[in-house]
Amino acid sequence: MEENTVIKVKNLTKQFGAFTAVDGISFEVKKGEIFGFLGANGAGKTTAMRMLTGLSYPTAGEATIAGFDIYRDTEKIKQEIGYMSQKFSLYEDLTVGENIRFYGGIYGLSDELLETRTEAILKNLELENERKTLVASLPLGWKQKLAFSVAVLHRPQIVFLDEPTGGVDPITRRKFWELIYQSAEEGITIFVTTHYMDEAEYCDRVSIMVDGRIDALDTPAQLKVQLDAVDMDEVFLKLARKATRADG
Amino acid sequence: MATQYSVSAQNLVKRYQQEEKGKPPVLALDNLSFAIEKGEIFGFLGPDGAGKTSLFRILTTLLLPDEGTAQVEGLDIVNDFAKIRESIGYMPGKFALYQDLTVGENLNLFASIFKTSVEKNYDLIKDIYEQIAPFKKRRAGKLSGGMKQKLGLSCALIHRPKLLVLDEPTTGVDAVSRKEFWEMLKKLRESGLTILVSTPYMDEAAQCDRVALMQEGKILSMDTPDGVVQQFSKPIWAIKTANMFEALKDLRSYPFTHSCFAFGESHHLVLKNEKTDAKAIHAYLLSKEHEGLSVERIKPGIEDTFMDLMLHES
Repeated sequence: MEENTVIKVKNLTKQFGAFTAVDGISFEVKKGEIFGFLGANGAGKTTAMRMLTGLSYPTAGEATIAGFDIYRDTEKIKQEIGYMSQKFSLYEDLTVGENIRFYGGIYGLSDELLETRTEAILKNLELENERKTLVASLPLGWKQKLAFSVAVLHRPQIVFLDEPTGGVDPITRRKFWELIYQSAEEGITIFVTTHYMDEAEYCDRVSIMVDGRIDALDTPAQLKVQLDAVDMDEVFLKLARKATRADG
Repeated sequence: MATQYSVSAQNLVKRYQQEEKGKPPVLALDNLSFAIEKGEIFGFLGPDGAGKTSLFRILTTLLLPDEGTAQVEGLDIVNDFAKIRESIGYMPGKFALYQDLTVGENLNLFASIFKTSVEKNYDLIKDIYEQIAPFKKRRAGKLSGGMKQKLGLSCALIHRPKLLVLDEPTTGVDAVSRKEFWEMLKKLRESGLTILVSTPYMDEAAQCDRVALMQEGKILSMDTPDGVVQQFSKPIWAIKTANMFEALKDLRSYPFTHSCFAFGESHHLVLKNEKTDAKAIHAYLLSKEHEGLSVERIKPGIEDTFMDLMLHES
């Protein structure tokens, strides 16, 4: 069972001066799980994500990501995770092929491996004829699928998705979640944040942060029972309304 | 003069030249015509790239259309641009205040640009501004997202505009703050203000008096939220099973399916016609070895309608 837990977090804390942004959070995520990481603006999600992805050291607490310690092994963690957000994903003024090559280079993939994986991505996304097209001129839906494929190019164990579907049309948003499901079935662990509460329903388990703490963590079905709510929107409202600190 | 309209537009077209050689220009606005009544909260709903920002920039006289005309409060967007600017408040999608001025300085600056004072119009912004007044001496760049939004709204209102134009004020904002923001807008409408607002969140349609659904520069539908939904005529069912991902694939290959997409805890199955009943759907899912079935006829929502219109377009 032990090796099936890819994220282990215990009493993780981050303070900025007198302000406790993340206040002793603890949770575990299993391999292949789709884990929804929700919270109001300013609840501490981004700060927590930065610690989990090795970009910022905690003030206190422990965590391992893919078996690596977040204090000592931040560089090893980066090899085992992928990251994608709506705000930053691909270079608009590079072509489809150049973007894949660029990320492949960063992750140190050999030329041979990079070529095989590039072919596979282009075929899977039906972008074979767009290899030399600038990313800027791709439709948003294609851009997004490409961004996800690039985020998992180096076959990470875990992929962190930070509001991956913001501003996206309702069909593209759903097609993107189908890609997430497909990857989870292939064993990649998905750690995702979103402001769309219907998307919270698609997660295996959901945690909700309020004022730096995790106030609820369970399956969507259980959370609805616990909070006597009809849907995840109501669950979220009931918990987030308790927040006392101003958003960040 | 038709003065019951706050905004009207006829055949607006906007094209953007692409940087890459040989690529045709992008049609950002494709022949848009509409009229917005005074005192309405009118929502433009659509994803990124639908043309919402281009449209708002044209109506606020910051961008010229390639074709077509529009009037704001009876004034022409090209010939009377200076007068229009006096009578509108505009909050762009990106925070556009002076980061290195304090909250109070920003508000005073905008009041003095419009040759008025904060005191004179304070009643209009009181409810909103009071929430950030304790931080009056803080620089705008140091405010949290929610506070920036409230300051932006205060600055857009301080010259008592007739029309308020808000470009995606709730994007990236959590569900609780979004609800609070809409409460503020509803209060503002009571003062007679016309409000134009764009959003990618379909669930916010219900907060508007009328909405236009936008996609790739076109208006797919324009009506009251209820009126838009009434255009949806196909039978729609909510389906739950123990394995939702498999169910999605199976339901899509069901011969009577028009479309099927995930909708929170259930899938919304749109059928081609009324000939298929709950029993038939049940039997099909059982034949695919699904368990824990729930099959329920439902009413479509705005997002169902938007998706159906999108599928027709493409």
